[in-house]
Amino acid sequence: MSVDTEQLFDRQTVTQLSQSQQEPEWMLEFRLKALEAASRLRLPKLEKTNITRWNFTSFPAYQPEEAVKSAKDLPEHLQSLLSGEADDNLIVQKNSSPVVQQIDPALKEKGVIFTDLATAVREHPELVKKYFMTKALQPDEHKLAALHAALWSGGAFLYVPRNVEVEAPFQTLFWASGEKAGLLPHLLVMAEDNSSLNVVANYIADENTHAVFNGALEVFVGANARVRVAALHTLNDTTVDVSYRRAEVDKDGHMEWIIGELNEGRTVSDNTTHLRGQGGIALVKSITVGAGEQRGNITSRVHHWGTHTESDIMARGVMKDKAQNILNGITKIEKGASKANGVQAEKVLMLSREARGDANPILLIDENDVKAGHAASVGKIDPIQMYYLMSRGLSRAEAERLIIFGFVGPVLDTIPIESLRERLYGEIERKLKP
Amino acid sequence: MSTPKLTIKDLHVAIEEKEILKGVDLEINGGEIHAIMGPNGTGKSTLASALMGHPKYEVTKGSVILDGEDVLEMEVDERARAGLFLAMQYPSEIPGVTNSDFLRSAVNAKRGEGNEISIMKFIKQLDKKMAKLGMDESFAERYLNEGFSGGEKKRNEILQMMMLEPRIAILDEIDSGLDIDALKVVAESVNSMKSPEMGVLIITHYQRLLNYIQPDFVHVIMNGRIVKSGGPELAEKLEAEGYDWVKEELGIEDETVESKA
Repeated sequence: MSVDTEQLFDRQTVTQLSQSQQEPEWMLEFRLKALEAASRLRLPKLEKTNITRWNFTSFPAYQPEEAVKSAKDLPEHLQSLLSGEADDNLIVQKNSSPVVQQIDPALKEKGVIFTDLATAVREHPELVKKYFMTKALQPDEHKLAALHAALWSGGAFLYVPRNVEVEAPFQTLFWASGEKAGLLPHLLVMAEDNSSLNVVANYIADENTHAVFNGALEVFVGANARVRVAALHTLNDTTVDVSYRRAEVDKDGHMEWIIGELNEGRTVSDNTTHLRGQGGIALVKSITVGAGEQRGNITSRVHHWGTHTESDIMARGVMKDKAQNILNGITKIEKGASKANGVQAEKVLMLSREARGDANPILLIDENDVKAGHAASVGKIDPIQMYYLMSRGLSRAEAERLIIFGFVGPVLDTIPIESLRERLYGEIERKLKP
Repeated sequence: MSTPKLTIKDLHVAIEEKEILKGVDLEINGGEIHAIMGPNGTGKSTLASALMGHPKYEVTKGSVILDGEDVLEMEVDERARAGLFLAMQYPSEIPGVTNSDFLRSAVNAKRGEGNEISIMKFIKQLDKKMAKLGMDESFAERYLNEGFSGGEKKRNEILQMMMLEPRIAILDEIDSGLDIDALKVVAESVNSMKSPEMGVLIITHYQRLLNYIQPDFVHVIMNGRIVKSGGPELAEKLEAEGYDWVKEELGIEDETVESKA
């Protein structure tokens, strides 16, 4: 199906969206240029997943929502996703609008900026101009990136200055509500030299909402900075979810991704880190559980540019029912990245005969003096392991549960934030329920 | 609770349609220790696996009754909860599942919902039993059997037995791969559990183990049947003279029924 983007979103719609966010002229121009690109560009080509018939374009372009007084006024099931402290650093976006924004005043004093992206466009144009879809994710990569550039709304902007270390996570919640919804949040994170920060991004939709998510996340890790980003996607089966996440890591910077792809519906997830400076480190921990007729394509990619850079991709997929998920791992060591060390492991566990899972490990190495390794496996639960556990009195369901959590454990157990680990645990458990 | 009683009658077992056991009769009561001996490939381990319900073994005929209940009707986990325990020759490795999490789940499965053991009590019991078996504390947090040496796996099997307190315990070649010190530790632990509350079936190739665990009854298995039974003196005679005299006495030329493991 070839989608004529111009028919669905015209210049007028984009202009209205830009005006309603009170954007300066340069952002409108940026959007219109991207809109033009969207009509010309093709969908990204994904390994072993055909997305040509997925809905990426049928959604209301702009659905403003009223702000709520505080996070306490959110529906309970949303509050349960948040840590719930009074001084939480939090942005909640409902459909196109930020509806809750709060930041610890002490952080503000230190120069930390945490606001919705539309506000940042007005108040911090120099930073936005420099980093927003210029270095990490480009609007002309493919149709989905161009659509995002043309139609993004709300979003979040996080800037942590030099030498500032923030322990408490910056939380964002992107929430689709109503009969139909389109969410194109852009999360822009800048960690200056020697800073450290944590971000937790939640993506959810109401039960009966037909939504299209086309989200992007760009992270810039300064020299010797430490950034941890956790993205948890728990969208329903009538929602299509696209996520392009990019990180650029400077000298001795440390980037850790924790990705929970726990959607019920169609999912495109692309996570790419560029280790630009010497000694940068990237850790990618990804867990996906496929159920029902879910389709997903999940890519974890690291490019080594600097010398002595290190990366570790750990991906686990559990497939039940008729779910199909493709796990791609790509480690690219560029020429000149001597003494780099890149390892990856993708493992898929199949719980039903009709499920399908693929693990595609790819190592691309253009430098001699490096270390690299990969492992991949796709398998079923071993009946002899089941026999062993059941011979000690565990029911079939309990034995299976132990084996599954044992399978994701090596990734789950290394998640350093306890509340996050527990939430992931709960979400996985929920998805595994018959 | 009444004394446990396991009754095996005319048990026939096939693996991939090849008949391995051809009519085994055996009765084990609480307080008794039985030893099944025999050369390799005669069906000893098949008996153990079939009793526990290993998915590759098919019972084609006969009956197994534990305390009046039909074992062959039960799923593997039901057999375990009914009080059957098998210390396996080749225990599975389960990555990502710690020994202690697994053991606690197993103990709770037996105790049933609403009657779970408190964590403190569990840890106390586990520590005590691990100390008795000479197992380092780190074993509790290691993944179940993963990277364990042969001897460590065997100790871990006995640890599970001690934690689960079965009514009928089957020890399948628990002595293989154990050095003499480990063998003594394992034997002492089994002996310490001896009581009218538990019957034991020891399957072994060598008489060595029986120097440390005194059996009440010794059975020799050949061609998939128990061909000779006796007291502890039978094991001693087998140790001294081997199996040839039994074969001669019974006119058996080839005692095996399966390819040697």
